[in-house]
Amino acid sequence: MKLFTSLLRTPSFVLGFGLFFATLLFALLGPLFVHVDVSTRVGLAFTPPSRAHWLGTDHLGVDMVSLLIAGLRSSLYVGFLAGTVATFVGTLIGLYGGYKGGLIDDVLTVGTNLFLVIPSLIVLILLSSSIENGRSLTLIALIIGCTTWTWSARAVRAQSSSLRGRDHVSLARINGYGTLGIVLLHIMPYLLSYIFMVFILQTATGILSEASISMLGLGPYDSISLGKILNEAIRNEALTDGAWWAFAPAMVLITVIVFALYIINTSLEGVFNPRLRK
Amino acid sequence: MSSPIFEVDNLRAHYLTRFGQKIQAVDGVSFSLKAGEILGIAGESGCGKTTLVSACMGLYIPPLHLSSGDVRIEGKSIIGMNVEQNRRDILGRKISMIPQGALNSLNPTRKVKDLATDMILSHDETADKRQVHARLRERFRKLGMPADDVLNSYPVQLPAGMKQRVVIGISTLLDPRVVIADEPTSALDVSTQKAVIRLLFELMDQGIIGSMLFITHELPLLRHVSNNIAVMYAGEIVEMGTIEQVIFDPRMPYTQALMGSMLSADSGHRDQKPVSIEGAPPNLAHPIQGCRFAERCPVARPDCKENQQVIRIVKDRQVRCQYAE
Amino acid sequence: MPSEPSPLADQPLKFEAKNLSRSFGHGKKLVEAVKNVSFGIASRDIISIVGQSGCGKTVLAKMLLRLETPSSGTLSFNGKPIGNERDAREHWRSVQAVFQDPFSAFNQFFTIRSQLKSSFKLFKRKPEEEEMEARVDAALMAVNIKPKEVEGKYPFELSGGQMQRMLLARIFILRPQVLIADEPTSMVDACSRANILDYLMKLKQELDMTIVFVTHDIGLACYISDSIFIMHEGEIVEQGPPAQVTGSPSSAVTRQLLDDIPDVHRPWIKRGALD
Repeated sequence: MKLFTSLLRTPSFVLGFGLFFATLLFALLGPLFVHVDVSTRVGLAFTPPSRAHWLGTDHLGVDMVSLLIAGLRSSLYVGFLAGTVATFVGTLIGLYGGYKGGLIDDVLTVGTNLFLVIPSLIVLILLSSSIENGRSLTLIALIIGCTTWTWSARAVRAQSSSLRGRDHVSLARINGYGTLGIVLLHIMPYLLSYIFMVFILQTATGILSEASISMLGLGPYDSISLGKILNEAIRNEALTDGAWWAFAPAMVLITVIVFALYIINTSLEGVFNPRLRK
Repeated sequence: MSSPIFEVDNLRAHYLTRFGQKIQAVDGVSFSLKAGEILGIAGESGCGKTTLVSACMGLYIPPLHLSSGDVRIEGKSIIGMNVEQNRRDILGRKISMIPQGALNSLNPTRKVKDLATDMILSHDETADKRQVHARLRERFRKLGMPADDVLNSYPVQLPAGMKQRVVIGISTLLDPRVVIADEPTSALDVSTQKAVIRLLFELMDQGIIGSMLFITHELPLLRHVSNNIAVMYAGEIVEMGTIEQVIFDPRMPYTQALMGSMLSADSGHRDQKPVSIEGAPPNLAHPIQGCRFAERCPVARPDCKENQQVIRIVKDRQVRCQYAE
Repeated sequence: MPSEPSPLADQPLKFEAKNLSRSFGHGKKLVEAVKNVSFGIASRDIISIVGQSGCGKTVLAKMLLRLETPSSGTLSFNGKPIGNERDAREHWRSVQAVFQDPFSAFNQFFTIRSQLKSSFKLFKRKPEEEEMEARVDAALMAVNIKPKEVEGKYPFELSGGQMQRMLLARIFILRPQVLIADEPTSMVDACSRANILDYLMKLKQELDMTIVFVTHDIGLACYISDSIFIMHEGEIVEQGPPAQVTGSPSSAVTRQLLDDIPDVHRPWIKRGALD
């Protein structure tokens, strides 16, 4: 409760949360107010914004607002799914390695570092291009999650290893708790706020990664995403046609979500970490 | 004799909780210190020692509020200014606090000299960084510390005793007239404790600091450190006098109990069995009419709980007990 | 108060260490925390391990507790080498500990009572729910705390002295053969210190416990020990009954330790100019 009130007094949190909440509302409630239809041509290609179609149409003549709402929904879905996977895998590996220490920790750290030096974007591109036909949104999210967990593993490992020598962990050990019990009951609760922050950052990373690979033309075959809108706009020369409405709103949306998540993360850090509060 | 440099006059301070409850944590504390004097303050945890520190520094940050009384340094009151003004003009210059284990709570990624500079700059924005460094180096040398090594290391690289000495060096850099040492050695082992106390004496003897308030629950330590001792209980001073009076001939039953709980390493006194004081200090959220120690006092009489206790002079020392003699 | 030193010969040894060492790191950064120590701890004795911070006393205590593994040498408990049991819980059923900082020794996310109850995990057969509750209550009473006082409370809601007694209550539940007490009094007010020592004596007398008391205060050690080990830089430099160690110390380290304790009856340090 006290945490919540102090969060509300942090301007950056209010701004970040407000922005994020607004985009979330736009994605969730948009379909209730606007008729979302991404498969019907409602006008000519690249029709400028008008009263009927607030943001004009794309190269096929499909309503841009509909495309944006659909794209935003998929981007958020990918972000949350990828963020969840990356946080889950990374947290488990980090908690376990950090607590165990010694050889197990060394092996896990080396493994994590190996994953870390492999540029995840290239893995994404290779994987995405090799599974041409089954490239669904969910699969892309899972691939992103499986290549970005390294970062959360490293972050959580550092924290977990600093807790491992604490008295309450020693007490839990001589109380007969096994490794799983200690990690889940005696280490993880102390890191929950930290893990939550990791999750927010991983979500932002997920959204950005999806946008990057979609823009390169390796996006999902079965749905529209913000990155895919950008890709279509570039491919169909919206830039040279001066059809800014075909790409600018999608760019703005991606920037706003990621920016909002980043500042939520920094403001949470200020509240959770008393050292930074001063 | 010289006039007192630190005077605390009937100081009362309270906390206001969110539910409007008033907790009188410091109640009617008075004492004065002359140049070169060290007053020891003894008491259990929760007796108001820590509140007394903030109250004496004039640092009233809600929920702590001043109820009444005055604090004067060299005759000038430091009460009644806002926190910003106090931080700028009073803290560090006139009065400074040596906390326990302070270096552990600071940013571990910065070097000692940068941490020190930050602290000095927070009192004086115009200070020059290089001048501060030079001054620190000179001061640390003067106090017999390996200045360059210490200033260029990170807090984690220093042993606990050295950390505490660094904290002392930094908090007395602006030559404060009064220093409040709040349990400066309680986290240290006995040998390191001795080194820290030596440093404090050095500061006093070189005239870098004027006088000191030394707060601890270790009576044996106070016996060697201070000139006079004030025993605090539930926000009040219950007995105050010289070492001889308070340690070796206590009159207030609470002080007697404290002495009885003391362990002695000395072969002649080791066989006396120490006795703990049972029970806990009273809850100050409810006003207490009579003697605050009456609940735990082994020699309490029926009217102790009814009569408000005032300071009496018994055998040349102040005692807050109507039956002490 | 310290009883007569027990003759080691006719009593079985609880712990026996031969050339025990523990080092950390390697190469230039090698730190030898415990160097080649040998000792025996007799049943029902109170042994104090005394030394300055960093002397290796805590590492030694952790080896007895099986929380650290020796780098070399042997350490046996009841005649059997430590670390060979299939189940480490076997060891912890017999050897338990109280720690220096009672606040950090409990998990702040669970109530005290639930954490005390979790001690029953160690038992071979977990008692019935009602019996567990009754035994927790009894243990709380043994350390002079009314069960109602801590009902539903979390560690940060109690005072330091109360929390230290909670750690001791755990010991009254588990009733191990040996208790390792690592600086149990250093975070406690001077006036409750005697109290903690009394409980340790009670554990020895009523439950026949062997106690290993780790402290930096040799004066404190004298009060309750049957024998004192003085440690310095990883080695045991002196050992013997308290009267001998404090009365006629043979090592300079012991003399220094004795000298450094502030005591009201002895000179300690003097101030230069003013005295």
